[in-house]
Amino acid sequence: MIQFLIKRVLQAALVMFIISMFCFSIQDSLGDPTREMAAMSMSDAERDNLRERMGLNDSLLVQYGRFVTRALKGDLGTSYFFKEPTLDVILKKLPATLELVIAASFLIITISIPLGVFCAIKPRHWFSRFTMAVSVIGISIPVFLTALGMIFLFSVTLRWMPSFGRGETVQVWGSWSTNFLSWDGFIHIVMPAIALSSIMLPLFIRLVRAEMLEVLSSEYVKFARAKGLSDGPVYLKHALKNTMLPVITVGGVQIGIMVAYTILTESVFQWPGMGFMFLEAVNRSDIPLITAYIMFVGLVFVVVNTLVDLLYGIINPMVDLVGRRQ
Amino acid sequence: MKNRFLLITCLLTASLLSVSTVSAKDLRMAYDADPVTLDIHEQLSGGVLQLSHMSFDPLIRWTKDLAFEPRLATSFQRLNATTVRFNLRKGVKFHSGNMMTAEDFKWTFNRLKESPDFKGIFTNFAALNVVDDHTIDLVTTGPYPLVLHTATYIFPLDSKFYTGTDANGNDKAAIVKNGASFASTHLSGTGPFKIVSREQGVKVVFERFADYWDKKSPGNVDRIVFTPIKDEQTRVAALLSGDVDFIAPVSPNDFDQIRASSNSELITMPGTRIITFQLNQERRPEFRDQRVRMAIVHAVNNDAIVQKIMKGFATTAAQMSPPGYLGHNPKLKPRYDLDLAKKLMKDAGYANGFSVTMMAPNNRYVNDDKIAQAVAAMLSKINIKVDLQTMPKAQYWPSFDDRAADIMMIGWHSDTEDSANFYEFLAMTPDKATGMGAYNSGNYSSSFVDEQTMKANMETDTAKRAEMLQAIETKLFQDAAFIPLHWQNLAWAAHKGVNLDPVINALNFPYLGDLVVK
Repeated sequence: MIQFLIKRVLQAALVMFIISMFCFSIQDSLGDPTREMAAMSMSDAERDNLRERMGLNDSLLVQYGRFVTRALKGDLGTSYFFKEPTLDVILKKLPATLELVIAASFLIITISIPLGVFCAIKPRHWFSRFTMAVSVIGISIPVFLTALGMIFLFSVTLRWMPSFGRGETVQVWGSWSTNFLSWDGFIHIVMPAIALSSIMLPLFIRLVRAEMLEVLSSEYVKFARAKGLSDGPVYLKHALKNTMLPVITVGGVQIGIMVAYTILTESVFQWPGMGFMFLEAVNRSDIPLITAYIMFVGLVFVVVNTLVDLLYGIINPMVDLVGRRQ
Repeated sequence: MKNRFLLITCLLTASLLSVSTVSAKDLRMAYDADPVTLDIHEQLSGGVLQLSHMSFDPLIRWTKDLAFEPRLATSFQRLNATTVRFNLRKGVKFHSGNMMTAEDFKWTFNRLKESPDFKGIFTNFAALNVVDDHTIDLVTTGPYPLVLHTATYIFPLDSKFYTGTDANGNDKAAIVKNGASFASTHLSGTGPFKIVSREQGVKVVFERFADYWDKKSPGNVDRIVFTPIKDEQTRVAALLSGDVDFIAPVSPNDFDQIRASSNSELITMPGTRIITFQLNQERRPEFRDQRVRMAIVHAVNNDAIVQKIMKGFATTAAQMSPPGYLGHNPKLKPRYDLDLAKKLMKDAGYANGFSVTMMAPNNRYVNDDKIAQAVAAMLSKINIKVDLQTMPKAQYWPSFDDRAADIMMIGWHSDTEDSANFYEFLAMTPDKATGMGAYNSGNYSSSFVDEQTMKANMETDTAKRAEMLQAIETKLFQDAAFIPLHWQNLAWAAHKGVNLDPVINALNFPYLGDLVVK
């Protein structure tokens, strides 16, 4: 276990290193940050002056060296736009994104598992066919279209739902204020969460269904039935538990993709989270913030995958984390 | 007992009356971006100037028909060729409670001269002299016609408030572009609205300043909640769903939706930002031939671009200066003529055409990438094959600085609301030392334009100056120095009851202090 974790920490360090190198190597094509910070009419000399002060005129290697020395001390630079340490900016925006991802995950889990199981048990039922048909449509509609469609229908036409932002949130601790503790906050998160889950939900219904079908035709399920167990325990205790293994693996990977989709969802709903912040940082060539965000997301990926692997071990004790067997 | 009853009735009536006369008006507004800083000298941009008009007041400001209106100055008169005297309003208070005096103007002027963004506007100014507590003299280095134009940029800062050192030991007055500063997070001006709270990129809350000097202002907005909404469709949806009362900018694609709605209305007005293409004569010998440039100008149907792509939301241009500017020459008309264009190409010896590269941004101007595609297609009719590349503005400006393509798009708004600014930046011969022609990527060079522009900048007689500027505009027209497309219009949308029309202007800074909301 400890050996496994050490391995993962080293892997994470490597990932961060590669990402930071990557970010620096593409820096030139990210645009000139001074352009967003100054007037069009500012003279070349003044602009150069500003670049000099920001250290943008140094060679890439010098800049990278400076970045690494600071990063090792825990300083990932200061955002040009927010004028705060990039890590602080990201941590401030993190709760909004996290709550959105949690709300979307909640929807995905509570909807996809029952539906997937139902479709596997009763494949010929009209509802199963209907679900499968809808899921094909759902998987092929881009998330921003779903979002805009919902805004148009529920906010503009029916006027039931707020069209943008987080609404009145309740402060919980530090910079974390939550949408879940007030009615206004809650109705603000509903549409973004549905939009974000819409892309993943069909995938999971299909995944659960496929895995369940496979398990249902396996020997031990047949044996359980032959033994005279009733349907309930067979489906829920034996079949579903084994179905969850691949679902968790895929889920772990999908969380990363979900973070990517928050960029779209957040920018349509003006959700003040990390995804929207990142998109804006790209528009403004806020290089320190872009770099820090990508590194942060890299870290999230490593952590989530580690957790998934640990969970794997709990669900299926046959899995060997370090790969020592054989 | 009876008396007490009477007293209570009186009190109740009084309280009811006071509620009905002084009812709080909120304005929830959404722009595409919030001000990047609270330091109005840090960046010269539309967002910062909008903030300046909300939380500060200028010496004088532009009216809707581009005349000057005194604000913190009560009157002004020219004393001699280089001096203009301003008499200041008395009894004006800053948000901090300090009284405004002439010293605040001097302090502000000196700070403007230090600001990397604003010093360019003030190059022709030598000093701001304090005559007495409520009189100042603006002194220019030579005769300068744009003193009043420039005075619209002087919003006095509360010098006492910004003097000293902050908690970190830094100077409170420091202008810092690439880091935090006291002035970028604290504000004290004389304007109608003070800032209550601000979460950058999320929300700014303004509250009407109780001691605001302008008691005659009809404005009745007590509180403004300013939210940036980047996505234009979301912005429109927020208005139509009733979540906000007032939005800007509005894309032409959303006009129909707003016009069709029962609770909102659209307000448009001609703007002053010119959109052009420049033909790089240094990269392409073909473009040095006046006939080729003329052929290209005749091949571009800019009126069709305005009608089809801009959906009428622009004014077709044949010159840089929009109507209302001194340099605007009404005789210059758009000149689309494909046959003439073909003939000119043939005369120049390019009947079979040639290939060129073109670059345009795709998120800077309204429909910029679509306009570039249309122009590329139009040029193919005279056998000029265009290899077009569009890119986000973050990448576009470095490419523009490198002069990375043969034809490049540039839009320009004159900071001084005067024609000479166009020529200085877009038409004069590029010169690193003087900074002239900084955005003349075409390298067009004409000694007439160079000399006349400089002369016009010293001419204080308006009639003579207009003649000079119009002569420059005509010369650029005859030389086909650039491809004129259109002046972008401006659009705002608001709920009915938000009486926006009287407070908007072509500069795109609605004077929200005077806004009346029903």
